Amino acid sequence: MALRYEAGVRHRRVVRWLAMGAAVLCWQGAASVLAASSLDLEDRVREIASELRCVVCQNLSVADSPSDLAKEMRNLVREQVQQGKSREEVQAYFVSRYGEYVLLSPPKRGFNLLVWGLPFLAVVAGGGLVYLVTRRWTEQTPSHGPAVDPAYSERVRRELKERERV
Amino acid sequence: MSWRRLLIPLASVPVILLLAYGFRTDPKAIPSPLVHKAAPDVRLKAFDGGEISLAGLKGKPVVLNFWASWCYPACYEEAPLLEATWKRFKDQGLMVVGVDIQDKEANALEFIRRFGFTFPNAPDPGSKVSIDFGVYGVPETFFIDRQGRIVSKHVGAVTPAVMEAQVQALLKGQ
Repeated sequence: MALRYEAGVRHRRVVRWLAMGAAVLCWQGAASVLAASSLDLEDRVREIASELRCVVCQNLSVADSPSDLAKEMRNLVREQVQQGKSREEVQAYFVSRYGEYVLLSPPKRGFNLLVWGLPFLAVVAGGGLVYLVTRRWTEQTPSHGPAVDPAYSERVRRELKERERV
Repeated sequence: MSWRRLLIPLASVPVILLLAYGFRTDPKAIPSPLVHKAAPDVRLKAFDGGEISLAGLKGKPVVLNFWASWCYPACYEEAPLLEATWKRFKDQGLMVVGVDIQDKEANALEFIRRFGFTFPNAPDPGSKVSIDFGVYGVPETFFIDRQGRIVSKHVGAVTPAVMEAQVQALLKGQ
């Protein structure tokens, strides 16, 4: 009877420890999941905000600006991400309010393609120009030396010979 | 050979045109995509406790002004004009609404008292309404017609001439 009682106590104690261990594990798991998801959220907010122009600054993104309006815009981005909105949907909201000006990189379509294409075009055109100019330079340089007065070259040869003899 | 002599002047024409265009535009002026579109439906809680809903004002032309007590001197310059416009045209159905942005309540109330504003004014916690209207500075003023469409947007202090022309056009509109 006493033995069975003791075994029961031990059994209960083990169960209690197991339950406590499980609770700690659960709590830690939940905490890390929560931390990870809030980190994820902040990363998403930063990613989206870094592509939005702070409208009261000179060339700063909403992610980098310390201004009050940028802070409120970041809060709005966070709110919309929490509502499950995609990057494009959040961008579309800000574009509908501030126009494409609010995007730090102009969308690659229409007239904007000029902005994206011109630098490459300029590099290609510049390379072509350098090629043409250097080719002309090398063509103009004669492969054999310029015509020399035969009397002069004869004199050089003679003087060199004299020097060798000395 | 003659075309080569023309090459440099011809190549500089588009560059000069681009610069001429660039230097004539104000880099700080952001064209609003909201003009000629329906005004966002916003709800505000006024300083006096009343509720302001833009949707509830449909049928009335609205002058919606964004201001702040720290916005000196532009907001101080146009404040008397806002109050005068409200007093002059309210009987004809015009609504003037002020939205105070990024401000301290005490300073805002002092601003309202100083200029004797009798039209409804409300703070904008979280700048939600400002962002909804694409506001990027103060003062900015939106002229909204009876159908709730934004007719035009004015950046900077509204001059009496602009206010007169805009309000008369709003009141004439059906």
